Amino acid sequence: MSEDTTAAGSSGNPGPIAGPTAELPAGKPTDRPVSLLRKRLRKFKSLKRGYYSFLLLLALYIISFAFPILINNKPMVVRYNGEFYFPVLAFHNGETFGQKGEQAEANYTKLRQEFDRPGNPNWMIMPLYPWDPYHVDYEDGGSFPLEPSSRHILGTDDTGRDIFSRMAYGFNVSVSFAILLTVLEYILGTIIGGVMAFFGGKLDLIGQRVVEVWSTIPFLYTVIIVSSILVPNFMVLIFVITLFNWVGTSYYMRGEFYREKGKDYVAAAIALGATNRQIMFKHILPNSLTPLIAFLPFTIVGNIQSLVALDFLGFGLPAPTPSWGQMLEVGLKNIDKTWLIATPLGAMFVTLLLITFIGEAVREAFDPRVFSRLR
Amino acid sequence: MSTTDMTAAPAATASPAHAKGDVLLEVRNLQVHFPVLGGLLRRRVATVKAVDGVSFTVYRGETLGMVGESGCGKTTIGRSLINIIRNISPEAEVHGEILYHAADGTVVDFNRLSTSEMRAYRSKIQMIFQDPYSSLNPRLTVAQIIEEPLRLHTSMSKAEMRDRVGWLLDKVGMRPEQAARFPHEFSGGQRQRIGIARALATHPDLIICDEPVSALDVSIQAQVINLMQDLQEEFGLSLLFIAHDLSVVEHISSRIAVMYLGHMVEYGPSEEVYFEPKHPYSQALLSAVPLADPDSHRAARVMLSGDVPTPLAKPSGCPFRTRCPIARPSCAEKFPDFVEKSPDHWAACPFS
Repeated sequence: MSEDTTAAGSSGNPGPIAGPTAELPAGKPTDRPVSLLRKRLRKFKSLKRGYYSFLLLLALYIISFAFPILINNKPMVVRYNGEFYFPVLAFHNGETFGQKGEQAEANYTKLRQEFDRPGNPNWMIMPLYPWDPYHVDYEDGGSFPLEPSSRHILGTDDTGRDIFSRMAYGFNVSVSFAILLTVLEYILGTIIGGVMAFFGGKLDLIGQRVVEVWSTIPFLYTVIIVSSILVPNFMVLIFVITLFNWVGTSYYMRGEFYREKGKDYVAAAIALGATNRQIMFKHILPNSLTPLIAFLPFTIVGNIQSLVALDFLGFGLPAPTPSWGQMLEVGLKNIDKTWLIATPLGAMFVTLLLITFIGEAVREAFDPRVFSRLR
Repeated sequence: MSTTDMTAAPAATASPAHAKGDVLLEVRNLQVHFPVLGGLLRRRVATVKAVDGVSFTVYRGETLGMVGESGCGKTTIGRSLINIIRNISPEAEVHGEILYHAADGTVVDFNRLSTSEMRAYRSKIQMIFQDPYSSLNPRLTVAQIIEEPLRLHTSMSKAEMRDRVGWLLDKVGMRPEQAARFPHEFSGGQRQRIGIARALATHPDLIICDEPVSALDVSIQAQVINLMQDLQEEFGLSLLFIAHDLSVVEHISSRIAVMYLGHMVEYGPSEEVYFEPKHPYSQALLSAVPLADPDSHRAARVMLSGDVPTPLAKPSGCPFRTRCPIARPSCAEKFPDFVEKSPDHWAACPFS
């Protein structure tokens, strides 16, 4: 609905609503109608620490989707016999580049050595950081784990894979996992909690008992059982964790819906003839989102940690996937090689700190009191 | 028009029995009971009889005032009449008849309609709420709030709705350009005006005003009440004006009903009830109204002893007898019949 009014206003339609509003002098924020959300957004932006943490984290996360181009052991561009190839985007077998009998992916390390010989007209451009998270660096000749050097800036792990590359890809995996998990958890928790509170009565009474029983099922054992039956992949893990995580959200949403449905504007909506669906989605839900938004950063932190914990215990993502938990596990096994444990710990620390700063600012932005310590 | 009493309808409108005009809403023996559950098995241990057998009639174009102290069932009556009590408190048991006389002569019992059948009549009977802060959804703009009944009950285009919202805002004394704002940007009086505009949007026959000015400053109260009177004349509305402030009710109403502990104890033309109350409870209530006249010759203040009995355990017979200065043993036997003390002025007390 709000799009309608704003759209009409911006299109210059001189209707009775849009007209006079559009004529107001620009740059006078007090004269423009402000929704609660916009007010809070404005306050959030004024809290510099949280806002810049948010921008930084958002930028890092967006960039992390470009890691296959930026951090990879395949060249970005290959010029071979007058033609261009883009190995980061497409598969090329060895024979394409004259590697005899090589039906598998071309060996770009060898190809590069060949191109580097004087007189070879072919060339290739490598990504900024030419190691991918799966590649085992046999070419170095040293014994694993390799120490940090100009070749591997944060060293390699005990199987010879580049740690910086794994840390970077692990960031994308961790944050994507946590965000998807949070979204699903919120949707499921809101539906279940909201429906129980809205319809109340026996549904709520019985439903709450079922939820209580459900919440006593030990989560870790279930994951262990599931991972002994099938190999847990990204989606299976999301599914299993969502099955248990929604309970907390449903408690909050049940409380919110209970409180909101007793307010007069809901009675007014019923008196106007609105349907249950309209009342729930248009009236109650938008007024019940505060805890969800306020908890969002902390929920994401929690979900990152739960993936790390599962990976650390070995019940998480399958083996070669770059993940912080697995890196911590390797670091703990080789505790004397400090760079192994320092990297995932540092990455986790920075990410969780940034998200906590964001959370602090979000909480502050939703606080109606004007004075603030964080400003 | 599903559960319509077709046979009774023409008789009700054709007979010129009511000099005051056409009947709009007829309430017969309305009872609203709330069960009190207790014990391990959540068995019914008691019943709160919030409204215990109330009958009254609202005529077209008139204002019926309803007064009484807190907890006497005024608000419950209001919420029962527009049939939202079962949505708000599903455990409530509503008995009796709420007969709505539509303009085409048909009569519908709201109490027998299902929630979806009731929806067809929602545009005809609207409500204004006591608390202007919680009765408007804080996430919607004023335009969205007032458009909602239009969207639900008409097939207006966006432009038509926008015009109509502007027109309605103008009617309630606000500027149409304020439609793009949010409720939190307005004062209590302005919010109540928005609530009035929302109630007016679909041209209802009856608006139930549930203490619409109790939450407002005294200076604003007068403005809002005068606004409602103007609108009533202009739109030919009927109002059921619920309040605990007698002087406010006397000002706006043509008839007044006095409630005590879920019962109606007196009703009649507002001047008569206000200046010559017949029921001992009304007399006590009215003697408590402060008068801004030092030379007033009003009778001495009637002081009531004790508190209002709990609606869980009402006194037998007349509910007021425990505090009544003229109570007699016979008052405990049954609820007294209404006695016509003067033309159209009824009181449920045989001794006053």
